[in-house]
Amino acid sequence: MKRLSLFGLLALVIRRDLLLAMRRRADVLTTLIFFVMVVSLFPLGVGPEPEMLRKMASGVLWVAALLASMLSLSRMFAADHQDGTLEQMMLAPQSLTMMVLGKIVAHWMLSGLPLVLIAPVLGLQFDMSAGAVGVLVIALLLGTPVLSMIGAIGAALTLGLRGGGVLVSLLVLPLCIPVLIFGAGAVEAVNSGMPATSNLSLLAAFLLFALVFTPFVAAQALRISME
Amino acid sequence: MRLAINWFKYSAPTTFYGLAGKMVPYFAWPAAILFPIGFYIGFFVAPTDAVQGEAYRIMFIHVPASILSMFIYLILAGYAALGLIFKTRLSAMMAAALAPTGALFAFVSLWTGALWGKPMWGAWWVWDARLTSELILLFLYLGFIALQASIDDPRRADRASALLAIVGSVNVPIIYYSVQWWNTLHQGSTIKFTGTSMHVAMQQAMFTMLVACWLYTIAVALARVRSIILEREGNTQWVRELKEVRS
Repeated sequence: MKRLSLFGLLALVIRRDLLLAMRRRADVLTTLIFFVMVVSLFPLGVGPEPEMLRKMASGVLWVAALLASMLSLSRMFAADHQDGTLEQMMLAPQSLTMMVLGKIVAHWMLSGLPLVLIAPVLGLQFDMSAGAVGVLVIALLLGTPVLSMIGAIGAALTLGLRGGGVLVSLLVLPLCIPVLIFGAGAVEAVNSGMPATSNLSLLAAFLLFALVFTPFVAAQALRISME
Repeated sequence: MRLAINWFKYSAPTTFYGLAGKMVPYFAWPAAILFPIGFYIGFFVAPTDAVQGEAYRIMFIHVPASILSMFIYLILAGYAALGLIFKTRLSAMMAAALAPTGALFAFVSLWTGALWGKPMWGAWWVWDARLTSELILLFLYLGFIALQASIDDPRRADRASALLAIVGSVNVPIIYYSVQWWNTLHQGSTIKFTGTSMHVAMQQAMFTMLVACWLYTIAVALARVRSIILEREGNTQWVRELKEVRS
């Protein structure tokens, strides 16, 4: 058997997951459409005054991103769990942590990255300034991977449970609050004329912290769930 | 060492069941006695506050409940870690037994906080850092309980919720500081209780209530862990031979 390097393994898992998703494009689009819809509902709910919309834009976009990422979490391991692939992955001599990281990265590319790309358009709907939109994109770019990573732990813990979808949100949403605070805070800072760097640095710190610990914890959670 | 103590004797549910049963009254009775004493000192002996009038007296429930809601989460996470590392079943059962009490205290803390906030701040709820983090703590407790409840296999339930508790406890300081920072970004706290020297009777009442709540927690957790042991070990011989089960 060919020995894979850690990063070879990572690339392999990411490639595989992306390929699988490309065969079923509808799943990816559903998350994106959900995100756009939730964001578009807010002006209908609170009224179209541009002043108010500008003020809430970052919060609305972040909460919608949080919900959209929750929606797609249950899919992270479910399909592999059902057809037995996950079991084979765990039996493989390669590092499960690295494979989980690969799945997280693929999940983010499929559910987080599209949101980041569409966010500027939605930002314009909310009459955000160009500077605010720029910061929003950077903040989402730093923050959404963290949501996928923390979410992976929840998805692994609730694998194969009844009502898993709602349960995973219940477990993961409170843990995502810091990301929401600093993500929305970065845009808020720009709006009030302050530099957003401190918020963005903290988001980057969360990202690094989560990158180190969450794949390992999620792998442990998978082991617990699969016994 | 001539006297070899078997430290692990009571880490087995079989032996701990009896011990817990003997221990419950030693915590329940002092709690039952201390609660009225604490209430009496708090409501009748302690003087009226110069700034806050009579309304401040709710703090004799509010403060112990808040302290315990946070402290129980730490204990819970500690037991969860023990259970995950040493694979002791009893630790996980203790964690499961503590969670409802912790959630209860978090809820009581929010409830009394709202009642206190209305006359003091003029609002039932403000998005103060401490209020918000207490609310998130309640969410964490509810997540723990929900996860435990939705897994049928008790071993998996224990280990999964243990992992969640540990992840949560790592997150608690991050959440606390981010909420605090978020709050200072938005607006300052309306009222700050800075170092007002408390009257001796107030201290006594507070301390009595804190000890009473603490004893109550231990008694309830022990009683609850006994039920959990019975539930889990229901099909074993030693449970069937128990006096209370046979009759």
